[in-house]
Amino acid sequence: MKPELEGVSGERVLHIYRTMVRVRAFDEKLIELGKRREPIIHHPTLGQEAPAVAACAALNSDDVIMPYHRGWAWAIGKGMEPGRVLAELLGKRTGYCKGQAGPHLADWDLGVLGRSGIQGAHLQIAAGVGCALKLEGKRRVCLAFFGEGPASTGAFHEGVHLAALWQVPVVYICESNNYQFAVPAREVMRVESVAEMAPSYRIPGVTIDGNDALQIFTTVGEAIRRARDGLGPTLIDCRTYRWHDSYYQPENMATDHRPAEEVAGWRKKCPILRLKARMIEANLLSPAQAELIEREAEAEIESAVKFAYESPYPRREELTEDVYAS
Amino acid sequence: MPAERAAAQTAQEMTFNAAIQHALGAEMKRDSRVILFGIGIHHGANFRALAEEFGRERLFQAPIAEQGFTAAALGAALMGYRPVVVIGRGDFLYCAMDSIANEAAKYRYICGGGRFRVPMVIRVNSTGMGGGEGSQHSQSVEATFMHIPGLKIAIPATPADAAGLFRSAVRDDNPVLFFEHRQLKRSKASAPVPLDPDFTVPLGEAAIRRRGRDLTIVTYAYMVQKCLAAAAELAAGGVEAEVIDLRSLLPWDKKTVLDSVARTGRLLVVSEDCKTAGAGAEIAATVAEEGFSSLRAPIRRLCYPDMIVPGTVYGESLFMIDAKEIAAAARGLLGR
Repeated sequence: MKPELEGVSGERVLHIYRTMVRVRAFDEKLIELGKRREPIIHHPTLGQEAPAVAACAALNSDDVIMPYHRGWAWAIGKGMEPGRVLAELLGKRTGYCKGQAGPHLADWDLGVLGRSGIQGAHLQIAAGVGCALKLEGKRRVCLAFFGEGPASTGAFHEGVHLAALWQVPVVYICESNNYQFAVPAREVMRVESVAEMAPSYRIPGVTIDGNDALQIFTTVGEAIRRARDGLGPTLIDCRTYRWHDSYYQPENMATDHRPAEEVAGWRKKCPILRLKARMIEANLLSPAQAELIEREAEAEIESAVKFAYESPYPRREELTEDVYAS
Repeated sequence: MPAERAAAQTAQEMTFNAAIQHALGAEMKRDSRVILFGIGIHHGANFRALAEEFGRERLFQAPIAEQGFTAAALGAALMGYRPVVVIGRGDFLYCAMDSIANEAAKYRYICGGGRFRVPMVIRVNSTGMGGGEGSQHSQSVEATFMHIPGLKIAIPATPADAAGLFRSAVRDDNPVLFFEHRQLKRSKASAPVPLDPDFTVPLGEAAIRRRGRDLTIVTYAYMVQKCLAAAAELAAGGVEAEVIDLRSLLPWDKKTVLDSVARTGRLLVVSEDCKTAGAGAEIAATVAEEGFSSLRAPIRRLCYPDMIVPGTVYGESLFMIDAKEIAAAARGLLGR
């Protein structure tokens, strides 16, 4: 019998674990670069790596995602290379979008359909991606990620409503991290969970532990199956927490007023350590293997940084070429 | 229809609206990737037949959510479809502004070009005054979108151009705003429209509607008729005006305009929108910048004042530009 953990194959579990470790290593490196005042835009995702990584692990390679602004869990989860992500953040020609996107990354071949800089806008675009996937009839799906912040935008409601109305294969995955900038979500949201809004659109809404990678994998997997079968969208709220301020600012413009004990409490619920402990307990991972995975991730990120910094910048003329398709 | 008769029939009389519907139906037949998004498109007079012919699954009927369904069309376009979004009034483009200006216009660029393309048409069923529908249904918002790189803007004046530009818009790989002027859209007048399924009018190419040596009148959409009427009136008085129908506002045909001004030395721009930063401002500024040495008189703009469209037919009638006003402006330019 093949090894598994809570119904998830050992191979998938190891992939999720390794990917979360890589995301963490990259995130920490970007924060370090930020402290050195390197000109990059980065929204740290420390502590909330699980939802995007586990959700992407439930996809086929020809499925597509509409990501959101926070971190690079979805990017690395969907197969993007940290070196080319950082190159893009720095504006290098070797970046995923030739230095034109900055943080708004996309990659056609990996099915990463672009990360809008406008909160919630992509949730509507995702509905239309779903229309295309439904028409083409190849049983492909689209995952749309967002934080609980844009759940208050009209864009969220229009997007989810249209996806539900047209019954298109889109899974909406909210990473509720408790804060919108420095504002506690409870002060600006009437509902406790975004999933409470799902009944308004007559679609399934599920609230799950956003630090439990395996539960996320299983829940998203079920929503993906529904979508492939033509049963329409699902709204999943993953309850998690970000350890870091919303946005890395060198001067730290005092946006982070969160109680230290609250952050410390959530650090104890680290999704990576949690999965690691369960894997070790189930003999899917040895401490030595875990150590090796961390070392490999650190080495990968070091070479990614080298690649990005050594890459050339585009010329001014090159940056005007893609305004129109010819 | 027998094949020989079909081949012999190269054009058919159509109204402005019928010409666009004809082109839309033909494009949907030609390319199964052409799909529709909009309000009431399973029921409206213009669309019921299309829903029957091509199936409702290609017509995504939407609730009143312009921002949402315009963005959805963008999503479908990214995936290789060629959506046509139907928007009731130019004013409602502002409801969809984020989806147009921040998303559709920029998507290809942000994504680094390559296989990311946004082949979508935003078909605006009505722009301009004349219906007494009020300040939020009767604006001419075209110039707002001239300031957004990544978009193209078509604004035809004749049934044939409407069909030809519409086909070009559908086949273009960029987001194209296609404006239908209120007065043309509801006009019962018909004109020959070529039936060739590959009859297109290129985006960004103006048409010289009347040749003349004394001054250049640059205009578009409904004002083309008014300018031609003015030109006829001027001709009776011995003034020969050249009338240029821009047909597209982004990109617009600088060369045709500059060449004409080089011949006539005088420019009158007639644009049915607010004067400040209106379409006429861009044309006038470009000619001042690139054609100054040809000018024998100051450039003149004839537009609306910077005002809010009054909410009644009577109120609107006090501001609509007519042929007499155009002719008077032209004579003023010539010092006659």
